Amino acid sequence: MATAIEVSNISKRFVLRHTRSMKEAFVWLIKGRKGDLSEKFDALKDVSLTVEQGETVALLGLNGSGKSTLLKHISGVMRPDAGRVGTRGRVAGLIEVGAGFHHDLSGRDNVYLNGAILGMSEQEIAEKFDSIVEFSEIGQFIDTEVKFYSSGMYLRLAFSVAVHTDPEVFLVDEILAVGDEPFQKKCIDKIKELAGEGKTLVVVSHDLDLVSRICERGVLLEHGKIIMDAPVQDVVDRLRGVA
Amino acid sequence: MSAEALQTPGRGSGFADLFRSRFLLKLLVAKELKVRYRGSVLGLLWSYVKPAVQFVVFYVALGIFLNMERSPTNASGLPNYAIYLFSGIVLINFFTEALGNASRSIVGNGGLIKKIYLPRQLFPVASVWVSGVHFVPQIIILLVACLFNGWRPGLLQLAAAAAGFLIVALLATGLGLLFGAVNVYFRDAENLVDMLLMIATWASPVLYSWIMVRDKLGETFFTVYQLNPITVGVEAFHFAFWLPTTDGAESIPPHLLSVWIPVGLAISGLVLLTGQLVFRRLEGRFAQEL
Repeated sequence: MATAIEVSNISKRFVLRHTRSMKEAFVWLIKGRKGDLSEKFDALKDVSLTVEQGETVALLGLNGSGKSTLLKHISGVMRPDAGRVGTRGRVAGLIEVGAGFHHDLSGRDNVYLNGAILGMSEQEIAEKFDSIVEFSEIGQFIDTEVKFYSSGMYLRLAFSVAVHTDPEVFLVDEILAVGDEPFQKKCIDKIKELAGEGKTLVVVSHDLDLVSRICERGVLLEHGKIIMDAPVQDVVDRLRGVA
Repeated sequence: MSAEALQTPGRGSGFADLFRSRFLLKLLVAKELKVRYRGSVLGLLWSYVKPAVQFVVFYVALGIFLNMERSPTNASGLPNYAIYLFSGIVLINFFTEALGNASRSIVGNGGLIKKIYLPRQLFPVASVWVSGVHFVPQIIILLVACLFNGWRPGLLQLAAAAAGFLIVALLATGLGLLFGAVNVYFRDAENLVDMLLMIATWASPVLYSWIMVRDKLGETFFTVYQLNPITVGVEAFHFAFWLPTTDGAESIPPHLLSVWIPVGLAISGLVLLTGQLVFRRLEGRFAQEL
């Protein structure tokens, strides 16, 4: 098995700048750079993680432990201050589905736009269009502007586009709370199906029961460090013990 | 696929990305065009109404009140001032809209940039492209007006117009990348751009004649004045659209075609490269700064 994701010794420091104007920065400069213009916060400290192709990994931890930040580094949205990230094959983030949706466009236009944002080609989207609509159960509303959709319909369509992007590596961040129970079950089945096909899966979620059903391996983060890397059930048990 | 090497995610490859993502670029442009005038009664007509009103205001104030228009009682004015004015205004409008929107495009699409990796240059470039589409109805009106005034262009005129447009488009893209990226860190950039755009209208011979500038400032400063690519673009448009409708007695700036258009292209190209360079340096931290 080849490596799908290789994260070596990455660190990320966030600068929490309070101000966003040149005036403040200028005043700070002429006052002789006294004090700190900004606060710093280490989101990730020397994190290393290797994921093989076909593995299903859950990133677990309490709020603010750096899970989502790590995921953003894998997707390329953020770049590390130190260390290196490498991925193989197409990586698609199911990170906040619907981020690329525009309210004033029809469902159809949004499928194309969002599909292209997630890296699909025109031909790919055209081929999968029917399948996307069918999976989302949107039916005749596909030509309605999405602002008239219920929040459930909106999420279903967005999720449907995302799962049809067919990447080698899937990054999933807290999106499994999609729609009503039957649709949620359908999503989870779809994700399991993808995992069964040998796709690599990295999931961030606070729903411990859910991740222990989908994932095999669990990685526990605390204050930007990996403190445990074991089969998911062990990690969930430990997290439950801690919490 | 396992044979592929590990790649570093989130590292763009500059303008090559634009070509690779041209389908997405096309969709982003189509989206902008669709949502621009949503919920308005006049819709796309606004693209005609706004420049038309602007034109009338300038024409009455400058052409008539301030005597820019040549008339039997005012022999020192410019012949066909209306066309002179409009051919400059359409180009300046394109530049204003393109740069203004490109500067705001990164912050405006922050929600997306923070969550999904995609080539971020797409946003400023799409803004310029959309402005290019809005430029089309204006240029059509200009062409019709020119044809009514006996405009019979040669190849040279058409080439000059294309060059003028290219100079301004490259400049707007370069500055749009630059200010779009800086705007993420300092929102002041937006206001700086608004100010620059206000100056841009007056720093080129749109409303007045280049001869006035040379007469007041002298040859040396006139050369400095000519280094502004927008000035060259506007003069190229005058040469292409306005000059053929006059009796040809009017003069264009010396060496416009042989020296200044190539210089303008070179400066715009340089600005584009600089903007691109700065953008790539800054884009790594967009997600956390937005």
